[in-house]
Amino acid sequence: MAALLSILAAFILYPLARVLYVAFAGEGGPTLSHLFAFFRRPLFREALYNSLLAGFLAVVFGSLIGLPLAYFTVKYDFKGKIVLQTLGVLPLVIPPFVGAVAFQLILGRSGMVNLLLLQYLGTTVPFMEGLPGVVLVQTLHYFPFIMLNAAASLTNIDPSLEEMAQNLGSYGFRLFRKVTLPLMMPGYIAGALLVFIRVIDDLGTPLMLNYTKLLAPQAYLRITTVGIDDVDGYVVCVILVILSLVSLWIARKYLSLSEYATVQRGASGSSISKKIGGLKLFIVLGISILILGISLLPHLGIALLSFSKVWSFSMLPTAYTWGNYDEILFRTPHFVKNTLLYSLLAASIDVLLGAIIAFLLIRGRVFGRNLLDAITTMPLAIPGVVLAVGYLRVFYGWNFPGIGKPLTATWFILVIAYSMRRLPYTVRACYAAMQQIHISLEEAALNLGASRRRTFLKITLPLMFGGLIAGGLISFVTSSVELSSTIMLVPKMEFGPLSYGIYIYMQSAIGRGPGAALGVVAIGLVAVGTYLIHRIFGGRTGSAFRV
Amino acid sequence: MRKIAVCCLILFLALAFSAFPAFAASKEVVVVTSFPKELFETYKKAFEVKHPGIKVVINQKPTPAGVTYIRETRAKPDADIFWVSAVDAFQALKSEGLLEKYTLPKEIAARIPSKIGAFPIHDPDGTYFGFAVSGYGLMWNKPYMAAHRLSPPREWTDLTDPKYYGHLVISAPSRSGTTHLTIEVILQAYGWEKGWALLLNAGGNMGTITERSFGVPEAVITGQYGAGVVIDFFGLSAIASGHPIDFAYPSMTSVVPASVGIIKNAPNPENARAFVNYLLSEDGQMVLFSPDIGRLPVIPDLYAKGPKDYPNPFVMKLGGITFNEKLSSDRRLIVNSLYDHIITFRHAELKAAWGAIYKAEEAIGKARAAGKDVSAAMKAVGEARKLATTVPIDGKRAADKELNKAFKEKPDVKSRLETEWDSFAKANYAKAKELAERALAAVR
Repeated sequence: MAALLSILAAFILYPLARVLYVAFAGEGGPTLSHLFAFFRRPLFREALYNSLLAGFLAVVFGSLIGLPLAYFTVKYDFKGKIVLQTLGVLPLVIPPFVGAVAFQLILGRSGMVNLLLLQYLGTTVPFMEGLPGVVLVQTLHYFPFIMLNAAASLTNIDPSLEEMAQNLGSYGFRLFRKVTLPLMMPGYIAGALLVFIRVIDDLGTPLMLNYTKLLAPQAYLRITTVGIDDVDGYVVCVILVILSLVSLWIARKYLSLSEYATVQRGASGSSISKKIGGLKLFIVLGISILILGISLLPHLGIALLSFSKVWSFSMLPTAYTWGNYDEILFRTPHFVKNTLLYSLLAASIDVLLGAIIAFLLIRGRVFGRNLLDAITTMPLAIPGVVLAVGYLRVFYGWNFPGIGKPLTATWFILVIAYSMRRLPYTVRACYAAMQQIHISLEEAALNLGASRRRTFLKITLPLMFGGLIAGGLISFVTSSVELSSTIMLVPKMEFGPLSYGIYIYMQSAIGRGPGAALGVVAIGLVAVGTYLIHRIFGGRTGSAFRV
Repeated sequence: MRKIAVCCLILFLALAFSAFPAFAASKEVVVVTSFPKELFETYKKAFEVKHPGIKVVINQKPTPAGVTYIRETRAKPDADIFWVSAVDAFQALKSEGLLEKYTLPKEIAARIPSKIGAFPIHDPDGTYFGFAVSGYGLMWNKPYMAAHRLSPPREWTDLTDPKYYGHLVISAPSRSGTTHLTIEVILQAYGWEKGWALLLNAGGNMGTITERSFGVPEAVITGQYGAGVVIDFFGLSAIASGHPIDFAYPSMTSVVPASVGIIKNAPNPENARAFVNYLLSEDGQMVLFSPDIGRLPVIPDLYAKGPKDYPNPFVMKLGGITFNEKLSSDRRLIVNSLYDHIITFRHAELKAAWGAIYKAEEAIGKARAAGKDVSAAMKAVGEARKLATTVPIDGKRAADKELNKAFKEKPDVKSRLETEWDSFAKANYAKAKELAERALAAVR
């Protein structure tokens, strides 16, 4: 516990404090006046309102997309399911800047869709403009959070509960509403919360759509402007942190109202997924393909762009080439290699820490549980730039014990940044998974003479495996396209990961092709990883997200 | 299970070892730059051929992040060279004493004039040196302009033409040092009030205002928007890469140097000086002509050796104004923040106001042709135009030294002014829209 807290303090709290104290520094002492000034400015009030609205709408639309997909992939058994599960994760990995270009190529003012509309209907739809555009892109980008978490939760529901309801005459939507939905609530709420906080903190989407009346871009623009230390930027960061903590607290209150644990985890052994066929299969597949088809449009755009030489104001590229792949695979292969290394390391650290923290949060009686909870959630609300500046302030200029040079001069600083920034995801996922494990299972082990440690290793850990994998996967996937802290922390170009390579390429007209090719590699990596996890654990259980 | 774990571990270790590069390079020069890959890769190769044994280590960051990085690492710098476009960034570093003074060798210094137009090429105090110049201009997408039946804009004043409504794109001056200089050229050429009127009207015509300077060429190349205000090499390199793009300098353009400086207490000072010397030598300057770089050398004689029809800023008729560099840097923070608060952050409102004004004016034109009395509507639209072109602070106050100092150092002053401008803009644009809509209703 002490070791854990000191890790978190060193890599989250202290760097954050070193940056955020600016928001409270006045002439002659700490002051709250900057914080009050925030609420007097119409611009910030509107930004706050817009951020909340965007978060809410993205959760609503994300649920409409994510819940049916989660339900289909868990409850039904059909050919191509594993493909569906794999594709469902891909929207998360639109790398920033390539995503910007790809979304514009497909849905933008002169994108594929609008050029088609113009040709046949003589009109265009402003998909990508203003707040609706931001919400659209964010929904398509983040709904997998809801899908993954709801699916993990669904698989953990004891089938006998549903069978009981069915025996009592409850079927169809009533069964879903009265039994299944309440039982999958922990996972769903965890996913929805992730989406909400991610949307509020999201910088890439508003920046790529040039929509600045939101909190995150306001903070970013103010902190990174040359030649001025803008206190308001840090005040906005404080507001962001508070918002995330409050929404977390509300969700926690709500969840604590009811008992969700399922006692007979795995005991009944019966499969919970039904084989389906005929019309039902047709409908399920139809809906899934439609949803995924839309959310994967940008990936199609990236793929096309990666083979294109010239693509400008036309439905499809006008000149194609293989050269872009030649460039990134043979001339600059280190981008891909670094990404694999950093993200795998970060994901392993996250899974390890996440499992321990989730265990302490749920089963621990230790002092400081709420504090631990608050600290592990914080990184969600810390803009990457802020954490990066904090790291530079704390770790720069003195040799870190054991490596003989400052931590910021090695690539390991990137691994730390990724693992800390993604830790909340793994903690949430592990938390949701563990919440469904009834304590009586552990108590039984304890009664039979197992030590607490042994109980954790032999009973709790295997039971929460799905949650761990889901959490680790989310950490890996999102780390591999992380950009905002990467830009600040990369010590030199040779250490740069994929996202950094993409960033460098996408700055010029000639680099768009290779940048997109790197994007395709990123997507490919994640797709293969996801598929493998499904395969490896699928042999035994059908899916990684089902224990 | 165990097998998988072992496999993972092996894979993992293999990766870990292969990713650790050898730290054998004893001689290197570490360069922090915001330039695109084509530029720094080409220079890296050329320099390493010229100086065998010195390895160029590139650390690419956007300019603001680069400044923050150097600021945060001042205790023990590990970078030798700062190499970006924006003069602002060098001035910020210089004022904090983070740049090393250096005197160029005579044979190099002699070939470079001290000024381009009215703009000094090198820092007079010798802390940073211009290695290439760039002019600002307009780039446009040819198929887009053809599809929308538009002729390309040629002058800054063209940007206010109603026909370009929603077709233009610019980056925010607070995000791009070069846009800031363009804004200054306009303000100094037309005067404070008229200049802002032009900027506000053009701002209303913008389809979007990007937060990254390469957002503009990206938007024009993909054809999201028709024409954009860009620095020349974005246009020139897009043309070189085969995209259907064209580029032109307006008659009143600013030509500004992109610079390089040596960081104070750099770990490899000798190599740093060699790098600066190389950039400014004839060999280094010739590299700028290559098509995917497309920048303008600072040695005037070299243009004779360059590609045919290459723009030569030393013979171009520039500006027609004497650019006051001091005024520009004195009021930079206020001008940038003002632009953000009355244009960037209120772009939706500003755009709506101008849309309503154009609609009303079109209807008035038709009504007048039909012989109706349009005087009341004309008056309302006139007022709307006035509201949508008024700037909330006068030129004298904006350039006031005390106020700029307070704006930089006192968060309360800054917060108060920004709130004032923001509220002013919001109220004015809403009123302008309302007036224009009333005028439209009156002539219908």
